[in-house]
Amino acid sequence: MIEVRNLTKAYGRTVAVDALGFEVRPGSVTGFLGPNGSGKSTTMRMIMGLDRPDTGEARIGGRAYRDLAWPLREVGALLEARTFHPGRSAHHHLAALAAAGGIASRRVGEVLETVGLSAVAHRRAGKYSLGTAQRLGIAAALLGDPAVLLFDEPVNGLDPQGVRWIRNLMRSLAAEGRTVLLSSHLIAEMALTADHLVVIGRGRLLADTTVRELTRGGGSLEEAFFRLTGGSAEYRGTGADPSAGLTEADCAPPATGPACIRAGRMALTPTGSAPGPPSDDRAAHREAPAPGQRPHHGVPRRGSAEHEERHS
Amino acid sequence: MTSPAPAGPASPSAPASVGGPAERYGMRHAARMEWIKLRSLRSTPWALLLSAAAMVAMGVVTMANTRAPSPDKAAAFDPTNNVLAGVAVGQLVIGVLGVLFVTGEYASGSISSTLAAVPRRRLVLAAKAGVFGALALAVGEAAVLLAFLAGRAALHKDVAHPSFDQPGVLRAVLLAGAYLALIGLMGVGLGALTRHTASAIGVLVGIVFVLPVLLAGLTGVRIAKYFPTMIAGNSLAVAKPVADMLSPWTGFAVLCLYAVLALCAGGAVLVRRDVRVGAGTGH
Repeated sequence: MIEVRNLTKAYGRTVAVDALGFEVRPGSVTGFLGPNGSGKSTTMRMIMGLDRPDTGEARIGGRAYRDLAWPLREVGALLEARTFHPGRSAHHHLAALAAAGGIASRRVGEVLETVGLSAVAHRRAGKYSLGTAQRLGIAAALLGDPAVLLFDEPVNGLDPQGVRWIRNLMRSLAAEGRTVLLSSHLIAEMALTADHLVVIGRGRLLADTTVRELTRGGGSLEEAFFRLTGGSAEYRGTGADPSAGLTEADCAPPATGPACIRAGRMALTPTGSAPGPPSDDRAAHREAPAPGQRPHHGVPRRGSAEHEERHS
Repeated sequence: MTSPAPAGPASPSAPASVGGPAERYGMRHAARMEWIKLRSLRSTPWALLLSAAAMVAMGVVTMANTRAPSPDKAAAFDPTNNVLAGVAVGQLVIGVLGVLFVTGEYASGSISSTLAAVPRRRLVLAAKAGVFGALALAVGEAAVLLAFLAGRAALHKDVAHPSFDQPGVLRAVLLAGAYLALIGLMGVGLGALTRHTASAIGVLVGIVFVLPVLLAGLTGVRIAKYFPTMIAGNSLAVAKPVADMLSPWTGFAVLCLYAVLALCAGGAVLVRRDVRVGAGTGH
């Protein structure tokens, strides 16, 4: 279970995520859909504790990420294609993570097998193609056999076989009762993979619903998506602060770029979204109750066989 | 349908979670991770080997060119200081390696993986400092001992040979080795502080090489004596005290203070900032 509450993040005057709230429940794939620059990655980074929200909080199983007892065993994430050192092999990258997570080192070989990287496991990762890099990122996410998984644009750089493999992997992870949050801007792929959908535009929640509900009435998911995100663009360019150097021309269609987000935000909340001083940030963090060491779910580690079954 | 889902109480999520023993990750786990990361980069052993070899070679060359002092300089003659001349070069390699141990994570993006594995960021930096400091100390001590022995063997037989039973000689050699570890730790701290390889190396070289020379030219040793290289060459790596410079242990304490300050500043930045370089610069 992932809970996102009132999450807001601004970079300078650009509001990346704006009072965003949603939940991701176990047992299904939740698609996180939105145009480029809509705040999907920033939201996921805040869930992972990598970026600090200006306001709001994200919780995983009731706790902030930094309060997890064994983060890698509770949450697995693929956030960017390359989150490893180019001079280090896949094997050593995963071995280091396993050491930090108190994860048995045999898991390294298992997840490498799962993602099909055993043959290149000892090669320097800097030489990997984008698709291979994605597989290594997925291996790292699966390493601790976590109940909660986040994947940010996992199909980037993958060939059709890889795309199908990811789709089946996501679905089997969810079928095992895990919580799966999958971000993408590829609507067709999302229609095939996700059960539930969280749609955002300009950092704001546009829809929190099921794929079925969104496409009720016969339209495709793509049409539904453009209906949603198109509607959110009604502020486009209006009232753009001239001092910000933005004109309506900056927001010519397709108006989904950051400049237009900024223009829209200027009109919407002229004052409300300024980031607070750092001390306020820290106060907000402290306010989050820090639950004690709750016992784990106590389910024994899964065997490698189950991992391999997912992709057969 | 666009309203956020109601925020219910947190429930234990899926059944697939792996429960470990009822403890939490700690320094041991973070340090093991950092040790694997450090030793699995080819550059680590090569750079350390290179710096050790350079230190030994410089010690040998310096000693081979050391002649017996004239009688008026005999009192100040300190061959132990000569044999440790290579520290001036070795410190740069080890300092840069310390910088890269942190900034390399930002350059490659692996910092995201690291902080996902160990979200307590000060713990990450402490583990990095501990692991790198220990390795640099071991390599540093080995290098200076080797340099001392090899350099002494290269010393002309007419010149008085230094030995460990002479006062201050062992201290000079051991402190010179420890100095390398301290410079390495400053590199780690500067890396965390700047999160950028070129900036951190620039600051390191400025502090170690450029500023003391500049200040020595302008104000003599009054300020310059507090700079790491000056402390190393005139306070630590000396069997006989040098006038107007810090005493060995004062110099050592000052260096320890620098390393602690660099690491604390780096830790504060690491905790405060978002992980992406360049992100959140407006905050």
